[in-house]
Amino acid sequence: MNSHLNQPNALSPVEPLTLPRVSSTVSAEAPPSANPPKAEVRALNFFYGPKQVLKNINVTFFQHRVTALIGPSGCGKTTLLRCFNRMHDLYPGNRYEGQIMLHPDGVNIIHPQTDPVEMRMRIGMVFQKPNPYPKSIFENVAFGLRLRGVRGSELQGRVEQALRNAALWDETADRQRDLAFSLSGGQQQRLCIARALATDPEMILFDEPTSALDPVATAKIEDLIAELKHRVTILIVTHNMQQAARVSDFTGFMFLGDLVEFDQTQRLFTNPSQKLTNDYITGRFG
Amino acid sequence: MTSLTTIIRRSRLRDQMFIIVGVLATLLGMITLLALLLDLSRDGFGRLHWGFLTSFPSRHPEKAGILSAWVGTLCVMVVTASTAVPLGVAAGIYLEEYARRSWFTEIIEINIANLAGVPSIIYGLMALGLFVYQFNLGHSIQTAGLTLAILILPIIIVATREALRAIPQEIREAAYAQGATRWQTVWFHLLPYSMGGIATGVIIALSRAIGETAPLITIGALTYIAFLPPSPVHPESPYNSMSWLRSEFTVLPIQMFNWVSRPQKEFHLNAAATGLVLLVVTLSLNAVAIVLRYRIRRRIKW
Repeated sequence: MNSHLNQPNALSPVEPLTLPRVSSTVSAEAPPSANPPKAEVRALNFFYGPKQVLKNINVTFFQHRVTALIGPSGCGKTTLLRCFNRMHDLYPGNRYEGQIMLHPDGVNIIHPQTDPVEMRMRIGMVFQKPNPYPKSIFENVAFGLRLRGVRGSELQGRVEQALRNAALWDETADRQRDLAFSLSGGQQQRLCIARALATDPEMILFDEPTSALDPVATAKIEDLIAELKHRVTILIVTHNMQQAARVSDFTGFMFLGDLVEFDQTQRLFTNPSQKLTNDYITGRFG
Repeated sequence: MTSLTTIIRRSRLRDQMFIIVGVLATLLGMITLLALLLDLSRDGFGRLHWGFLTSFPSRHPEKAGILSAWVGTLCVMVVTASTAVPLGVAAGIYLEEYARRSWFTEIIEINIANLAGVPSIIYGLMALGLFVYQFNLGHSIQTAGLTLAILILPIIIVATREALRAIPQEIREAAYAQGATRWQTVWFHLLPYSMGGIATGVIIALSRAIGETAPLITIGALTYIAFLPPSPVHPESPYNSMSWLRSEFTVLPIQMFNWVSRPQKEFHLNAAATGLVLLVVTLSLNAVAIVLRYRIRRRIKW
């Protein structure tokens, strides 16, 4: 493991590029599956109108682990991710079937009686394109806390803590009132991560978080994800197989709405059990 | 057989001709407005002085002023803005952020577009029947204000919807993903970010309402009036009163119309001066709208 992964606040402005870095996380630690399950997907089907986009997905995501979802465009990986915080509810004509049990309390996220607002309060999300609000840096992080009734000096402290956890404090400590748009793309994405972290979610969903960023900014985000998994369960959709290999403990390979294979990342990339997975990771299609 | 250069020369000629037509077409509107301004200024500028703004209309053209007219316009605009803005913005938000697409909302949408094209005198007729005879609101400031409010409601609804539509979907998703409800998303994000567009629409709508004459004549606005509505504030308890709402009134364009229809030349000068005041007010409203739009656009880039 790269040594600077353990020092999130000591990021030098220009980090040495070490791409591609192959993760050795799995072998270095105890078997990742030793952690209790955080979310269990059971017989999940999802429909955009008449079109079935997810087909009978069954998978378990473990607590404080990074799970990557890979697969070619249109395979349903983002759709699966967005089931976890019920983002599909925002648009008409979408339908879920099956269960996504969120532990420890075992609530079914996609049950019609489950409040999507509560699920979104427990599960944060970082989007493909940095999408800060056109407000100050401080207000961007403070919004989620305000929604939960945090006020005054506690608000100040938690905004700072979130920015520290997102490795953005050193760059923004003296410009809290500046517009978020004044930050660079990579900083904006870290601001979005701080925004998601501020409210101490149990899980964070990353939807191709680095696809709009340059390699240096990407490396910072990846280091951040590796650091964050000690406090939060992470699900990341990525187009980039090297990224999945670098940051994740588990990887799921999806194709045309099916979860073709799910395994420890190292095993999936070195010794896949499915021919389709092998074809994809060796670049034969996708 | 015409040579290539002749063909090109002919095509160029047509090109040149269109430029002339285009410039003329563009200038026509500008020149008309400019001529209008100059003409009004030449006639009316001499009458524009402090006394003109602080005097009631009078039989003597040189003593007559527009005090009751501009106070009336101001009062009517206060009523119009305070009813049309909340209603129009609320309707716009509902249609854009809450209503699911259905045949019902489609019909509403088409009708809002149609409403914006209804001749204003029709609104006057409707207001006469509804506000004056049905609700007994009188030939009053409140009736006039409500009439103009309904008249400009579609403009404000459309402006609100367009301003909301300009906000990228990612911003909404960001707010919802943090656990915001619809109203929290609207209140803390969408409204603040669309404020520039909404304010611009409101100002444009008000500058249209300020010049409306026909519907107000229809509901029975006075043309000659030598008193002001009762003051909204009083030195003794109760310190404020809304009785001004029920007062009779006139407005600037009606005052102007009244003077134009007099035979004496001197009254025509008064009309020109009133027109000048009206024009300056509407042009400054539009200027505010432009500045607002420019400043907001510079601050928020999507």
